[in-house]
Amino acid sequence: MSELPGDLLYTSDHEWLRREDDGNVTIGVTDHAQAALGDLVYVELPEVGQDVEIGGDMAVVESVKAASDVYSPIDGTVVAVNEDLADDPERANADPYGDGWIVTVQPSGDIDESALLTPNAYQELLDEEEV
Amino acid sequence: MPFIPHTEDDTKDMLEVIGAPDLDALFDEIPADLLIDSLDGVPPGLNEMQITRLMHDRAARDGAPLCFIGAGAYEHHIPQAVWDIATRGEYYSAYTPYQAEASQGTLQTIYEYQTMITELTGLEVSNASLYDGASGLAEAALMTVRSNRRNKSGRILLAPGVNPTYEKVATVIAGSQGITFERLPVNSVSGNAAASLDVDESPVAVVIQQPSFVGTLEEVDRLTNWAHERGALVVAVVNPTSLALLKAPGHWGEEGADIAIGEGQPLGVPLSSGGPYFGFMTCKQKQVRQMPGRIVGRTSDLEGEPGFTLTLQAREQHIRRSKATSNICTNQGLMVTAATIYMSLLGYDGLRQVALRSYESTARLTDGLTAIKGVDRMFEGPHFHEVALRLDRPVAPVLEALAERDILGGYDLSIACPELGNALLVCATETKTDADIDLYVAALKDILTEENRRSA
Repeated sequence: MSELPGDLLYTSDHEWLRREDDGNVTIGVTDHAQAALGDLVYVELPEVGQDVEIGGDMAVVESVKAASDVYSPIDGTVVAVNEDLADDPERANADPYGDGWIVTVQPSGDIDESALLTPNAYQELLDEEEV
Repeated sequence: MPFIPHTEDDTKDMLEVIGAPDLDALFDEIPADLLIDSLDGVPPGLNEMQITRLMHDRAARDGAPLCFIGAGAYEHHIPQAVWDIATRGEYYSAYTPYQAEASQGTLQTIYEYQTMITELTGLEVSNASLYDGASGLAEAALMTVRSNRRNKSGRILLAPGVNPTYEKVATVIAGSQGITFERLPVNSVSGNAAASLDVDESPVAVVIQQPSFVGTLEEVDRLTNWAHERGALVVAVVNPTSLALLKAPGHWGEEGADIAIGEGQPLGVPLSSGGPYFGFMTCKQKQVRQMPGRIVGRTSDLEGEPGFTLTLQAREQHIRRSKATSNICTNQGLMVTAATIYMSLLGYDGLRQVALRSYESTARLTDGLTAIKGVDRMFEGPHFHEVALRLDRPVAPVLEALAERDILGGYDLSIACPELGNALLVCATETKTDADIDLYVAALKDILTEENRRSA
């Protein structure tokens, strides 16, 4: 049973987002994703200042057996990346919703929440996948 | 002789299990109009006796001329032990080391190779090799675009001395991915990059070949710094033998070149009509995840014993698919084995001797040939083991006349580089004795004066 904080939004590609007080959005991969990947050995981060598009490539999380793309759930500009992942990528395994955050994006407009999943909707997706 | 171990009964049993009527049924999704019945133009097969005879007759036409051709592939003495060892069954048939526990020998050999090549080039990591020097340039170009994401121009500048064939190959491989190759302006006296290098738009990368294709020694420090000042990466195209004498790419300029590639053939691989050869590629540690090809790493097993394995495989095609660093999923294992044995047998001192003797042979050859009326050096400045000569007449007929005397006089530059006019690139390695050189000089003198007499 994977961890699923109630104050976040999710995507069907197993990313989570948190809206910060300053309007920026912090993004990472879910507990389900990190468990499926296994111990991360590397995270390829975007450059600060880079523009991202909804559904476009933003980062790559790499374990011994796979390298998975992390897509941006919104349009915007990268304002911060979690540099600690360079030396310690396993943070994303140990604490996927906290210390394991990957990118902070400044949205370029209003966020289309209808394109995102509530915790319940994401849980339903996980249940379906397990069947 | 059948190469597939299944008997007809085996095949029948397998077809029954999967429910297919016959082997053809396994290919039935291929449209009928794409199938052919026969291969027109392909003659019927020959038996072993016939083919052996055919190949013997063909081989007899090769002859054993004195070879003074360089231009990217070099005749060096290969110690007998190199291929005695490399053709042992364990090395000769070993191939893809994906199953680490069954491939420790191969993996260790490649690891030793990687170590030697990084030392030779003065950089930090190496891959397990590429196909050849030319495709190495293509891979390096793609790698610089991936590594230097800040620069979206796709523009790669080549110093004047970059091998024109390498440029063609790189254009074919990388050109359809939005990458363009342009030449830096040339100083026609030195043959190297011009003093003034104004460019409108900063390139992604600058490629510098040392020694140059026409045998000159480029100002690698100046060009490396110039490139880095403009935020461009530096790709060094180098001759491995020369690195026993010349500054390694990792020490070029203030920061060193970022990637080094080249043709590994001079290290114990015979000329064999153009191949197989191997390409080497090394880079700085920070670029390692953008490097194509296999990489062997050293690790320890569950019992703490040292071992070797393929590593950083998530860059490769079988994991990353279309986002892989390259679609290469091989390495030139046998050639790399030979090169590793060659480097081990020679050691640093031996390689240095080969390099020095090659330089001396070429210097002697150049002195002898330029003493002939109608033959001059094309460029001023130092050389390694190749020199471009200007002839007072077309090169091709001269080469033909030399060939009749069993001498391959050199590489006709007037074809690849028509702007140079009647230019001939000559090369003399450590394999050429004083007597060989004297023979060439006498032959050329003869040919040129005979022609002078005839046309007078």
